[in-house]
Amino acid sequence: MNTENSLPQFAICILEEQTQLTLADLCRACAVHEAQIIELVDVGVLEPLGREPARWRFGGASLHRARTALRLQRDLDIDLAGAALALELLDEIETLRARLRAMGVKY
Amino acid sequence: MEFKDYYKIMGVARDATQDEIKRTYRKLARKYHPDVSKEPNAEARFKELGEAYEVLKDAEKRAAYDQLGANYEGGQEFRPPPDWNTGFEFGGGGSSGGDAADYSDFFASLFGRDFRAGGAGRASPHAKGEDHHARVLIDLEDTYRGATRTITLRVPAVDAQGHVITRERALNVTIPRGIREGQHIRLSGQGSAGMGKGQPGDLYLQIEFRAHPLYRADGRDLYLDLPVAPWEAALGATVKVPTLGGIVELKIPEGSASGRKLRLKGRGIPGNPPGDCYVILAIALPPADSEAAKAFYRKMAQELNFNPRTKMGV
Repeated sequence: MNTENSLPQFAICILEEQTQLTLADLCRACAVHEAQIIELVDVGVLEPLGREPARWRFGGASLHRARTALRLQRDLDIDLAGAALALELLDEIETLRARLRAMGVKY
Repeated sequence: MEFKDYYKIMGVARDATQDEIKRTYRKLARKYHPDVSKEPNAEARFKELGEAYEVLKDAEKRAAYDQLGANYEGGQEFRPPPDWNTGFEFGGGGSSGGDAADYSDFFASLFGRDFRAGGAGRASPHAKGEDHHARVLIDLEDTYRGATRTITLRVPAVDAQGHVITRERALNVTIPRGIREGQHIRLSGQGSAGMGKGQPGDLYLQIEFRAHPLYRADGRDLYLDLPVAPWEAALGATVKVPTLGGIVELKIPEGSASGRKLRLKGRGIPGNPPGDCYVILAIALPPADSEAAKAFYRKMAQELNFNPRTKMGV
């Protein structure tokens, strides 16, 4: 019963709001080489602040965008430009679904 | 252990060509990819397809599987014959759907658990541990007030005998006030242990809201359907509205139609700036369930001279 109290508590942060990631952080989190993250920037999936790769700072939401794009690329055997398109369409579908939910429409 | 009929899983004939198998896989992979699909069983189906394709796309594995599978049907109890795979050599490599570590015991008994599907391997002896990802369901009240939740994660691990088992791990996680659906909480160092001196990975929890009886969330904003009486909508009124932060009073302007959206500024999910709560009016009809009520409706019909269909020209 009282084991709950003895569980460790953790410092937490909301990834999307309180985190900035470097190129190296993203590579590690996605387990890929720099070249692939740079390609994700080239096709517009990720939009870092900063001029050159060494100074890039990515918002926290980049992590899941990058992971999803890389998963789509690997699993569906498509290139990153195709994955970028899929991601944009998925975002749009999600926005529309959220709007439907807000209006109380079941889909 | 159950025999798995990989042909049936992919829906292809036993004599399908390699090209047919590839085409079928690609089509099904697009349909069931967990990032794309909203099918409830997409993830399980996608893994199953990945495993089937891993065997059938490879001429050597397929030949070995065919030889073995001639006498079995899907779901049948299966035990691999000793030395069943002598004479076949399996190379890893190639990409695959799913992760080889997730393949079934059936697959592992035939092709080994160590089989790695291609992809970025980690050669470094001090590599950082893997990140873990999980979803948590919370209530809207949790994001309004902030909350502590005990979360139980099922973590695959390898026991002393080298078998893959699932361990349960409980964590107390503070849900930050104002977190929105789809956002992630990062718990540093709570993923897999690193290799050698490598740091442990991180744990990411994706937030989902449990369906709420009153409110629907869209980003930081909340939506609430508010029933109002016809006279409240027609004449205007000040009514009580439940919000996450408690009851507030809302002024309904006179002449409001059903579906009218009124905004309670800052009464949505907290933040900087906080979201709003949109109240959508729904005019509720008093039931005509007594003689007096019926008489009243008849009186309205006579006196109001109201045709709700004038715009239709009828």
